[in-house]
Amino acid sequence: MATVTLADDLTHFYHPKTWIGKYVWSQDHKVIAIQYSLTAIAIGLVALVLSVLMRLQLGFPETFNFIQPENYLQFVTMHGMIMVVYLLTALLLGGFGNYLIPLMVGARDMVFPYVNMLSYWVYLLAVLVLVASFFVPDGPTGAGWTLYPPQTILEGTPGNHYGIILMLVSLALFIVGFTMGGLNYVVTVLQARTKGMTLMRMPCSVWGIFVAAIMALLAFPALFVACIMMLLDRIAGTSFFMPAIMSMGQDLGYEGGSPILFQHLFWFFGHPEVYIVALPAFGIVSDLISVHARKNLFGYRMMVWAIVIIGALSFFVWAHHMYVSGMNPYFGFFFATSTLIIAIPTAIKVYNWLLTLWRGNIHLRVPMLFSIAFLFTFIHGGLTGLFLGNVSVDVPLSDTFFVVGHFHMVMGVSPIIVIFGAIHHWYPKITGRMYNEALAQVHFWITFLGVYAIYLPMHYLGFLGVPRRYYALGETRFIPESAHLANQAITIAAIVVFAAQFIFFYNMIWSYFRGPKADPNPWGAASLEWQTPDTPPKHGNWGDKLPRVYRWAYDYSVPGAARDFIPQNEPPGESERHHRT
Amino acid sequence: MSLFRRLTEKSWETPGGEPVDPATYRPPAARVAVIVYFGVIMVLFGLVTSAYVMRMGMPGMGHDGMGDWRPMPEPPLLWINSFVLLLSSVAWEVARAGLRQGQADILRRALYGAGVLGILFLVGQLLLWREFSQTGYYASANPANAFFYLITGLHGLHIAGGLFFWARAVRGMRAGADVKLPVELCAVYWHFLLLVWALMLALLTST
Repeated sequence: MATVTLADDLTHFYHPKTWIGKYVWSQDHKVIAIQYSLTAIAIGLVALVLSVLMRLQLGFPETFNFIQPENYLQFVTMHGMIMVVYLLTALLLGGFGNYLIPLMVGARDMVFPYVNMLSYWVYLLAVLVLVASFFVPDGPTGAGWTLYPPQTILEGTPGNHYGIILMLVSLALFIVGFTMGGLNYVVTVLQARTKGMTLMRMPCSVWGIFVAAIMALLAFPALFVACIMMLLDRIAGTSFFMPAIMSMGQDLGYEGGSPILFQHLFWFFGHPEVYIVALPAFGIVSDLISVHARKNLFGYRMMVWAIVIIGALSFFVWAHHMYVSGMNPYFGFFFATSTLIIAIPTAIKVYNWLLTLWRGNIHLRVPMLFSIAFLFTFIHGGLTGLFLGNVSVDVPLSDTFFVVGHFHMVMGVSPIIVIFGAIHHWYPKITGRMYNEALAQVHFWITFLGVYAIYLPMHYLGFLGVPRRYYALGETRFIPESAHLANQAITIAAIVVFAAQFIFFYNMIWSYFRGPKADPNPWGAASLEWQTPDTPPKHGNWGDKLPRVYRWAYDYSVPGAARDFIPQNEPPGESERHHRT
Repeated sequence: MSLFRRLTEKSWETPGGEPVDPATYRPPAARVAVIVYFGVIMVLFGLVTSAYVMRMGMPGMGHDGMGDWRPMPEPPLLWINSFVLLLSSVAWEVARAGLRQGQADILRRALYGAGVLGILFLVGQLLLWREFSQTGYYASANPANAFFYLITGLHGLHIAGGLFFWARAVRGMRAGADVKLPVELCAVYWHFLLLVWALMLALLTST
């Protein structure tokens, strides 16, 4: 049984001949990555528009007649679910995972290309089912992205007839599709690394995606089970989550179910999900900072271990989302403690990023700008997380705009900022062309400053006690006039940031056709994906021969070397030769 | 090479030197994928089990403020089906032995037997569902019933998925391809699902 997956054997490699085989039913990880990314960004745009509609309502209530209370709830729900699951998870794992893993570990493709293709098409189906819920009679579900029962399937919640069914089916499909992709990512990292690519020679991006994929494989089953059980409650009349309920004077026939059970299942998925999104971002930002600071990553081993430790710990903190569910105080104490312990490996990562920058040769190119911006937004969001992780502080802040400000900063803005940085960083490799630097800078500054204008005031609103998920605040004594002013300012900032995203899209599309030809390795990066024989890499990635790896991915500014970086596949001694000649 | 040594490699110190992981032999990717997938199944059924236990011990959410959990009966068919699944697993093991000893005849018969027994198990489970629903044990009637349908449904889906790979192995065998890996992986998968079923059966019958 000496099957060696590393064998440099091209005979079994499937080369499609037709256009459809190459670009539609493609089994090439790079094409699948782009399919995943474009689908995720397209559905993400829908969620972005929904957020602007919500902001219009909050900033200028009683102005827009087409936004009714039920619409507002639907916007909240769909915005949240799309952004977390269908955009961030799909883009970071399905998009970047697919593109980067084989290239960075020196493989020709994923180990199961066919399953990889299937994964994308199931994901697309999930997205289409989700989109379909906008067009059924009562519209998409408005239960909030957490889909808490019993209200999720009760009369009075928007979309409780068809919308919720489509949402649950779509999530189940997404999980099935993701499991196929996740198996691929994990096994590819374990089995298909090229010669010399030890685990500890892999770039942090691969480590982040690898651990996140394992976590997703273990966390998504919880959501899957919860979805199936809720679906049975809705369709078959079971009582997994539904307690005995009288509605409009009628007994609904449910008995004995536990809404709290759903919350446990949901957050057993939901909290690891935060890190499923964050860990790839951590990994990618580590590489970006190192490349653009021309300095090796500070504490590489510690960075890898921190990723693994964060991943493991994140399975033991889920109930910190449920402090106000009436849990036993000792239970809350346990989860507050485990939550705060996660701050340790996370802080190690933050210090290591800062120490990588320390005395580095920092090039403030767009990917680096985004990376530094990430440090700001992530530290900010992380610190507010310490507030909410403590039971006694969380209880008064629960369900206020403070929470909205916190999680948007830490898992909305931060990963998205990294994604922008990553897209600019790998754009020359993916398209073979360079983006417009000026436009990219304009987009960066408006986005970075804009998100602060949006989310910083939300923390203040939260301290005032402004509740989240409310359609309008109405006349309340505890909410001063200044809160309404702040809401208007947030809305205006949100519209500006929304508009600025079109600069990004214009830049990406225009540069794809008209941008200047890019150098194969414009940043002077050492990791393998920049050493491909073709740019963009062709099917099979490496031409005739797989690369052989001789060193780690962070040999920057090595004393005595000819250039300020040494590619991973350069044999030892070579660069000294360069130096002498 | 121990995992600990791999994860403590000081990769910045060893440019070019013989890497810690010489990568001369790695198990087939499919085998690793199956093992990883076992992890997914374990979490899936583990969560269902904990939900089961939580829901069972949940008093006071019904109309009368009492627990509403009424266990299901254990008809003979339940045990017959379990035995069929056990036989199916044995057949896979025979197929593996036949392969090892190079006896194509045994392999062929055992392979067909394993698949047919697998299908038989699924049919038996469906009959069991029918028997229950005919005698009034609907999913909506009691949480114990709902969990029974959920658990058997999820387990059955995994068996059905296994049958897909069984069909591929049969096709491979008839085409004269090397089916060593598919048969081995299917067999391991079957044993794993048998184990899951045994645990689920213990859960269902002991409560």
